[in-house]
Amino acid sequence: MLSYILRRLVATVPVMLIVAVLVFLMLRLTPGDPAAIIAGDNANTEQVALIRTRLGLDQPIFVQFFIWLGNILRGDFGESFFFKKTVAELILGRLEPTLSLALFTIVIAVAVAVPLGVLAAYKQGTWIDRIVMGFSVMGFSVPVFVIGYGLIYLFAIKLNWVPVQGYQPLAQGFGGFIHRLILPSVTLAVIYIALIARMTRASVLEVLGEDYIRTARAKGQVEIKILFRHALKNAAVPIVTVIGLGIALLIGGVVVTESVYTIPGLGRLTVDAVLARDYPTIQAVILLFSLVYVLINLAVDLLYTLLDPRIRY
Amino acid sequence: MSAEPAILDTARPVAARPPSDAWRRLFRHPGVLVGGFILLFMVIVGLCAPLLGTIDPSGINPTVRNRLPGFERTIRADDGTEIPFTFRMGTDSLGRDVYSRVLYGARVSILVGVIVAVISIVVGLVIGLIAGYVRWLDGIIMRFMDGLMAIPAILLAIALVSLFRAGLFSVIVAIVVPEIPRVVRLVRSIVLSVREEPYVEAAIMAGTPTPKLLIRHVLPNTVAPLIVQGTFICASAILIEAILSFLGIGIPPETPTWGNIMAEGRSLFRVFPHNIFYPGIFLALTVLAVNMLGDGLRDTLDPKMAQR
Repeated sequence: MLSYILRRLVATVPVMLIVAVLVFLMLRLTPGDPAAIIAGDNANTEQVALIRTRLGLDQPIFVQFFIWLGNILRGDFGESFFFKKTVAELILGRLEPTLSLALFTIVIAVAVAVPLGVLAAYKQGTWIDRIVMGFSVMGFSVPVFVIGYGLIYLFAIKLNWVPVQGYQPLAQGFGGFIHRLILPSVTLAVIYIALIARMTRASVLEVLGEDYIRTARAKGQVEIKILFRHALKNAAVPIVTVIGLGIALLIGGVVVTESVYTIPGLGRLTVDAVLARDYPTIQAVILLFSLVYVLINLAVDLLYTLLDPRIRY
Repeated sequence: MSAEPAILDTARPVAARPPSDAWRRLFRHPGVLVGGFILLFMVIVGLCAPLLGTIDPSGINPTVRNRLPGFERTIRADDGTEIPFTFRMGTDSLGRDVYSRVLYGARVSILVGVIVAVISIVVGLVIGLIAGYVRWLDGIIMRFMDGLMAIPAILLAIALVSLFRAGLFSVIVAIVVPEIPRVVRLVRSIVLSVREEPYVEAAIMAGTPTPKLLIRHVLPNTVAPLIVQGTFICASAILIEAILSFLGIGIPPETPTWGNIMAEGRSLFRVFPHNIFYPGIFLALTVLAVNMLGDGLRDTLDPKMAQR
């Protein structure tokens, strides 16, 4: 098992290396002086010269790549001349809102989607099933910012239950923190719920046809235990897989949701960086989000053995 | 010698086309009917926008800024005469008619969706066929695709638009690139499984040259899955284009697109929510229609995929 974990960890290195190459090439393949591009429109000649020596721009391109990669591995993502900070500082400062939003969203999504999916599978073909599946298709189709503004209109403007926009750090009190986080999280959770509920339904449906479910029924087991203990446990692997893959959707959604609710997180930073053409920040954010995505899916793979003892590596 | 053509003859129909009743089932599928109907409606709205009582969607009119839906005012027509006009969906903060912008917006959205789907499928098909057929290139191509897929799609698109000048073309490129690896994977997996089929082995034994083999025997197997995949790509492209425009990094703001109308309406949303809701409803309906169409196509054309 340990050797499997190690092997899988090593296997993520080439993937991340290719991501790094792509992110690196992104800038070098655009016409123009990379140092001037990285420094941004408002940079002076000294700043440009500084970048030129730091990145070794007189060296061959693959040497440049390793200089750049070496800097990044040491945690040096360069300097954002737009935000007047190092990119590492900038990202650290934006971590809390994004992490809170993402975690809260995942909790809501799983808590809602899994029971919904199980229910739809159990009531297959009935109107409950149709409503859940209909909601699922809707969730994929209504863009996250339309959902966001719809919820703001209803719960913040008409009903006045929650603040319209903004974020309050956890350090300033849990109540206000959660109060402002609920609406964005629910917004972001919709597409995720659609994804997970659909997979849960399909996966549980498949398991419900198995012999051991019939056996459990025959011995008089309560339905709810059959569904959640026998069926859901055996259906868990595809569900967890889709939760992992859905992180990509979640990351895209974070960017949009943070813009709708003016949350000062990494997503908002990404959009601001693109608007300002702040390339070191864009590069760092892409690398970071991709790393998180790859690592979460690695963790999901490793979870399989816990969820299903039949899987052995 | 005489046995070989016989094998090929019996084999080809199995490989080539979906069962003939697939088309009949297709047009009876409720998702295909409803989705197709809504989509047709949107296409007609986009195409006929000039005939549907619209005015210049980019025409700025400072005297009628921020009006609620149903506002009436005389406006100057092209020939200089004053005519009464009802702003059915109100106006935005520059005094542009939201109804006209929403109707013209259908053009951009559907255009982007279709173009992105076609380009992604064609490029992905070519790369996928190469990966599936040229063994030494397979590893390189697929590792490269793994790397591309490790970057969340919207993020990659956002990063790509930052490299080019804002415009329709750069938005299309930015949306196509993240979609390609998914098509490549699909095509490659089909090629790998088709290669093991007896009729392909027979064709190889009969000395069929590789290009002919690919076109005659492998390509037809990819048609149904790619139509399905293309529909879903179209839906996601429409969404991503709207997201990019909404974030202010997509198609230039004066172009009437649903994302742009919503981006413009953000600051005054509390008072004038119609700027977000009208284009939002059109956008959601269009994407919903394309997704329903895709689900229906998958159920009828590609039963194997539906089971997955």
